[in-house]
Amino acid sequence: MPGQTPSQTVGPFFSEALTPAEAGAGAPGWCLAAEDAPGAAICIRGMLLDGAGDPVCDGMVEIWQADAEGRFPDGTGSFPGFGRSATDEAGEFRFRTIKPGPVSPGSAPHISAAVFARGMLNHAFTRIYFSDESAANARDAVLLAVEPERRETLIAHKEKDGAEPAYRFTIRLQGEAETVFFDA
Amino acid sequence: MSEGRKLNPRDWRTQPDQAHAAYKSTRLRSQRQPLVPLAEAHTELAAPVFGDGAVAAADSDLTRNAVRNGEPIGERIVVAGRLLDEGGIPIPRALVELWQANAAGRYAHAQDMHDAPLDPNFLGTGRTLTDERGRYRFVTVRPGAYPWLNHHNAWRPAHIHFSVFGTAFAQRLVTQMYFPGDPLLGLDPIFNSTADPHARRRLVSAFSQGLTEPQRALGYEFNIVLRGPLATPMED
Ligand SMILES: [Fe+3]
Repeated sequence: MPGQTPSQTVGPFFSEALTPAEAGAGAPGWCLAAEDAPGAAICIRGMLLDGAGDPVCDGMVEIWQADAEGRFPDGTGSFPGFGRSATDEAGEFRFRTIKPGPVSPGSAPHISAAVFARGMLNHAFTRIYFSDESAANARDAVLLAVEPERRETLIAHKEKDGAEPAYRFTIRLQGEAETVFFDA
Repeated sequence: MSEGRKLNPRDWRTQPDQAHAAYKSTRLRSQRQPLVPLAEAHTELAAPVFGDGAVAAADSDLTRNAVRNGEPIGERIVVAGRLLDEGGIPIPRALVELWQANAAGRYAHAQDMHDAPLDPNFLGTGRTLTDERGRYRFVTVRPGAYPWLNHHNAWRPAHIHFSVFGTAFAQRLVTQMYFPGDPLLGLDPIFNSTADPHARRRLVSAFSQGLTEPQRALGYEFNIVLRGPLATPMED
């Protein structure tokens, strides 16, 4: 049985390969929601912060999620379910996607996220839940397994209502209010 | 993946600690709280599927994919291998991406301040899909070593960055491939962030006469092993 290959940091110079401009041939980008993708388009923005509270300007966030019906995309439809955003000079990442449906009975809508950066030897898995799903969040097995005082770090807060709601999700790699990361 | 399935855990004797004092940038970017077990992992046990649309044939030849007025400078190499899980099962149709410095040790990246020449004919990025037997193959040039600011006179050994996907998002792996016999390996805090020397050796490619092409390029084999396989628990 071969052993696992060790993880190594993504380093500071990944962007030409992993997050070129949206036009980059084939490379997944931050916009997952094509005009014809079924479901409600949403925006998620946020900052990636280090243990000093400073923005991480050379990081990357990847997201993976179900479609509006709670089904995982199989590569044949218009919604890829997977996206990437490099953080900018302000440490900000952003996605335009579809609000996912629940993937199993009793689970709350959520997006899985992997965080990469120079200085991170392993990427870190977290989840993005939604502030306007409080009833579903209160029953979600993953959230319930997290200490109550840390659950808040997994909630994206709605900051704009309307046709295309916008949510804000802050990721803190370390320190007080460190984001909950999962042993996925 | 279907319900009730589980993935072998990450092997923490193999995987580096997040906080590795010799690699200074880990100080403020490593987690202090323990990882929380995922109570249910439907999402993390599923994974994105990348079809032929995600790659073009030219994307796997870095000696051609950015040519403007000539061939890139440097020693041409073939880098190839297989993507497997821990059970030795090949992972077909998986996206493999790579990026690297040019032969002079300089990245085509705005933030790379190393005073070494850019190569107008080399971008240093590639992507491909593994075939039905989990195999991938790239043609590129051997990257140069480059200095970094981690400590006095710090130089990264020559390396190629790899990003791969498995059949579960939880298998996601970003790593670096090194070259056999590089004298800088013993001095590199990133390579040495994995304590186990056997595990570290898996990051070092092997010269392969079989992959070497006459009159054209030396060959290096680099196999990548993702955590797994997916196992169905006996009783749940
Ligand atoms: Fe590098």
